[in-house]
Amino acid sequence: MIADQQETIRTADVPEVKAEPVRHPGNWIGAVVVLVLGAMFVHTLVVNPNFHWKVVGGYFLSGEILGGLLRTLELTALAMVIGICLGTVLAVMRASDNLIMSAAAALYVWFFRGTPLLVQLIFWFNISSLYPRLSLGVPFGPIVVSGSSNVLISAFTAALLGLGLNQAAYTAEIVRAGILSVPVGQLDAAASLGMSNLMTMRRVVLPQAMRVIIPPLGNETIGMLKTTSIVSVLAMPELLYSAQLVYARTYQTMPLLIVASLWYLLVTTVLTSVQLRIERHFARGAGSGPVGTLHEFARRAFAHHARFRTPAPAGAAITGGR
Amino acid sequence: MIPTSDRPMVEADRVWKSFGKTQVLRGISMQVEAGEVVCLLGPSGSGKTTFLRCINHLEKISAGRLLVDGELVGYREHGGKLVERNAREIASQRAEMAMVFQQYNLFPHRTVLENVIEAPVRVKKEPRSEATERGMSMLARVGLADKSSSYPGQLSGGQQQRVAIARALNMRPKLMLFDEPTSALDPELVGEVLDVMRSLAEEGMTMLVVTHEIGFAREAADRVVLMDGGIVLESGPPQQVFLDPQHDRTKAFLSKVL
Repeated sequence: MIADQQETIRTADVPEVKAEPVRHPGNWIGAVVVLVLGAMFVHTLVVNPNFHWKVVGGYFLSGEILGGLLRTLELTALAMVIGICLGTVLAVMRASDNLIMSAAAALYVWFFRGTPLLVQLIFWFNISSLYPRLSLGVPFGPIVVSGSSNVLISAFTAALLGLGLNQAAYTAEIVRAGILSVPVGQLDAAASLGMSNLMTMRRVVLPQAMRVIIPPLGNETIGMLKTTSIVSVLAMPELLYSAQLVYARTYQTMPLLIVASLWYLLVTTVLTSVQLRIERHFARGAGSGPVGTLHEFARRAFAHHARFRTPAPAGAAITGGR
Repeated sequence: MIPTSDRPMVEADRVWKSFGKTQVLRGISMQVEAGEVVCLLGPSGSGKTTFLRCINHLEKISAGRLLVDGELVGYREHGGKLVERNAREIASQRAEMAMVFQQYNLFPHRTVLENVIEAPVRVKKEPRSEATERGMSMLARVGLADKSSSYPGQLSGGQQQRVAIARALNMRPKLMLFDEPTSALDPELVGEVLDVMRSLAEEGMTMLVVTHEIGFAREAADRVVLMDGGIVLESGPPQQVFLDPQHDRTKAFLSKVL
């Protein structure tokens, strides 16, 4: 096979591509500027005594702060669970061809996105002024159980309701965008195989929508971590409020804000790595089809810069399924 | 090969379908016998694909009657009136016939084998081992046993379409609907898909194929049906229709594609 030999044996007379790369002096100047600024910043952190790093270290693992951190994590996790579950239901309702269902979902999103979260929190906290007693029973009929609103809706419950219900409105839009990103041919295929609507949603649509849903949802989770700090208006000692309680006594405002910030940064770092892991899981099968990974995107977008061009190991190694 | 059965596999009686004011099907009547291979030909926009989708109830017909294996598709007759079937009944009707799409429509987030066993396991509640065993033999049949753990995106178009056929076959359908299965393929990949379809036809699978592949229709079809403007222009054995077309519009269409 002459053709095969030509491909497999590269003879000496085929010239190597040894071109001089394009120079980028701007990149070098930029890098030097950034390095100098960075060095100045680190220097001032060390030499400025007003940072009181000893105080920061002393409070970093104190019981008060750790208790606040736990409360923050608890609120973030529960609010996101409520937000994601309710948001997914809302998104599916929104996509329904039942007019009442989709209108109800649209109305919900409109209301909860249209009013400040702070107002919603205070509203839930003071719900007893509107409804002193909450009861469960037949609509317009007899009551089965009933209780005082002040007992049923504690500060924690009010915070959770405010954060979770608000988050659901935003999550609904994210999930809706994800659902819309799945090609309609997938629905035809699922239907032709005899799959029910629910099964199609669970097994075909949502797993593919996840690719689109996860990055903004990661954003929302990290946002929620810090949004929980506004529940201090309900006198809930979460991370930031716990730090504030300390510096209200000791007047060490800056060091304690640094303690809280360091914890927020630490948790954000962990959440980011969790997000990357989940993204990788749902990227199964992507990257070799019409939709690509960020890596593949970068390779093509910057292809005109020779130095970004990877030697392209036959396409397979770029994402290779999982 | 003339298979005998007491009732036709597909029976369409003056089927009409309109999307808003556009009438796409204007009284289609035809029958497909069990074991028969029928090719639907005609220019784009003639309603071939819509008719195929109606058989699977992916589209609801506006008038007429459409039966598969003696059962009304999507409806039940109850005291002389038509009653819409519920979602579960429609799903189980669909599970009896399989469809292969122009764009393959494989599930990109599942491996080839997972694609092939998904519906038998989830819809028909078959034991996974049984569905897997048969799925592997279906993949072997379309020549892709070694690709079972690949993802669809890693395969060529022709390979993906063969997986789609294996996925359809693994439902053990009594009728297979092909919607332009080779139209999205590069020319050199068309042959491998047609080969699989030809072998299915030889084994006696009942097939209704919308296609532009005149060569395939001539060799593999028992009958070809020519559609244009939502009606059937003419139908008959391929030799007869191709060599001696009766209708002027048939002649015009054939002169362009033959």
